[in-house]
Amino acid sequence: MDWGFILSEAFSAAFGPTAAVFALAAIGLNIHFGYTGLLNFGQAGFMAVGAYGLATSVQTYGLSFWTGLGVACCASIVLALLLGIPTLRLRADYLAIATIGASEIIRLTVASDSLLDTFGGSNGRSGFTGTFADLNPFTDSLDLGLFTLRPYTAWVALVGWVLVALACLITWALMRSPWGRVVKSIREDEEAVRSLGKNVFAYKMQSLVLGGLFGSMAGVVFALDRSAIIPSDVATDTTFYAYAVLLLGGAARVFGPVVGSILFYFVLILLGTFFAQATRGDTPLIPDWLMTSQQSAIMRFILLGAIIIVLMVYRPQGIFGDRRELAIDGR
Amino acid sequence: MAAESVLDKSRAARAALDGVANEPGASKPDPLLVADDITRAFGGLKAVDIDHLEIQRGVITALIGPNGAGKTTFFNLLTGFDQPDSGTWSFNGKSLKGIPSYRVARLGMIRTFQLTKVLAKLTVIENMRLGAKGQRGESMLAAMFSWIWRTEETSNTERADSLLGRFKLDTKREDFAGSLSGGQRKLLEMARSLMADPELIMLDEPMAGVNPALKQSLLGHVKSLRDEGRTVFFVEHDMDMVRDISDWVIVMAQGRIVAEGTPSNVMANPAVIDAYLGAHHDSNLSVEDEEARLRRVRENQETAGE
Repeated sequence: MDWGFILSEAFSAAFGPTAAVFALAAIGLNIHFGYTGLLNFGQAGFMAVGAYGLATSVQTYGLSFWTGLGVACCASIVLALLLGIPTLRLRADYLAIATIGASEIIRLTVASDSLLDTFGGSNGRSGFTGTFADLNPFTDSLDLGLFTLRPYTAWVALVGWVLVALACLITWALMRSPWGRVVKSIREDEEAVRSLGKNVFAYKMQSLVLGGLFGSMAGVVFALDRSAIIPSDVATDTTFYAYAVLLLGGAARVFGPVVGSILFYFVLILLGTFFAQATRGDTPLIPDWLMTSQQSAIMRFILLGAIIIVLMVYRPQGIFGDRRELAIDGR
Repeated sequence: MAAESVLDKSRAARAALDGVANEPGASKPDPLLVADDITRAFGGLKAVDIDHLEIQRGVITALIGPNGAGKTTFFNLLTGFDQPDSGTWSFNGKSLKGIPSYRVARLGMIRTFQLTKVLAKLTVIENMRLGAKGQRGESMLAAMFSWIWRTEETSNTERADSLLGRFKLDTKREDFAGSLSGGQRKLLEMARSLMADPELIMLDEPMAGVNPALKQSLLGHVKSLRDEGRTVFFVEHDMDMVRDISDWVIVMAQGRIVAEGTPSNVMANPAVIDAYLGAHHDSNLSVEDEEARLRRVRENQETAGE
């Protein structure tokens, strides 16, 4: 059992690119669900249009990396408009159904055989990171004491966390403003907001577009990190990871998703590495009859699920939340 | 001086009602809100069927009637929260047909709700600030740069604080609105709607669920709205309130306006008393009973009109 290795793996996951990806996705969800009360169950769809927007533009159509980024952004805005126009006038549950449906449609479309030449089917897209890798200022591995990141990973992590910081700044600036007051009021009671002369539909749409844009940026970083994107990366469980991250940190808090994501990946990888080590070797810590090394691979999800359940029972507001707010549910 | 002239205007508006006939659909000397041929059916039930109605500017008009008479539906139709099947209606001479509710509110016609809608997880002062109209910081781009909206926010906050003081909610300033009592929520909703500086304020059952002590102060607040030159139109079951503060009373039943007049006239109408205010006002009426009473109300109105 090498505790130093387990910890360094956990830390490099907590501050690596993947945690940044889910922090970004959860910041988007926070705008939707935490602040505006829009139940978006299709954040994976926004991540998909971001990732595939970049990857397809570059690999399939030979466009530049920067054009690809533009396509990723525009695609997420178009998706938000397409989802919002028919559903935002209806009750919140309709948006939930429409978003989960749309994200599945996107996933199945990019995986389909008839579009193999465009999206690469189940093999997805790859080889679109050239320009991005050329910009990498890191020539050696980045040693941060607790953990080490390979040059390319360090570069993706840097870009990812800068984007997270930017998204937090935008969220903070918006949510302290009168605009933020209107969207939070919409979450509480949209009829009351309407009765005071605010165009609720327009605000919900703005919120959907902004959160979706953050989601697509998460998709871009995700694709850059793996240097590839495949359809199963953007399945519905991706959305639920983002929700877990959001609820862990605390909804409607600027830094909730960030801390939630760091903690989520720290615990996930800590457990994963621990169980991998504990079931390995000739005399494993956990005997074979109790758990084999294949079985240990899923233990981290079982335990993390249990931790989230316990947290929701004893601290339902998440880490940053305010319990007083939860106590109030009278309309 | 200015305050007195507003008060004089308000008195004049009330005095002008003296010459108005006490009959359904009577025309008023200075109508703010005019509705014609408004109908709204839910399936086979005609919830609202109003031929003509005018609301006098600068007075307090009450809308009463038994449960299910269509009062709240009529409110929803007027404020754009629901669209009628037919009819035209106008506010200050501007037609409101097909205008969405938020635009209606911007025109100066603000409503409150029967089931009070405070924004529970926002503080009282934030609830108030939301009410202010035309805030620059409510546009998404400007919102990110606080220097654009900071001054406006400060002046809105000052206005909000003075309104909170007037409605005796200043001690609750930083509390979550969800922690307020039912009566305080009614006060907050009224104060919040004043932040939008409405010309017409429409209150849907302002007295429902309010304790007697608070009732008196609420009555005072509603009167003060009129005295500062606003028009008040409210739905109410509380007859004390209707008798106390309204300058004009409209009676609805089964979607139609069955009587209209000064409070004393309407309440002296024996059929109105019998059907809606008197011994049976809290018991269920059968449809036959109700129709018979309606006929009597109409007959009484006709004889009163002659």
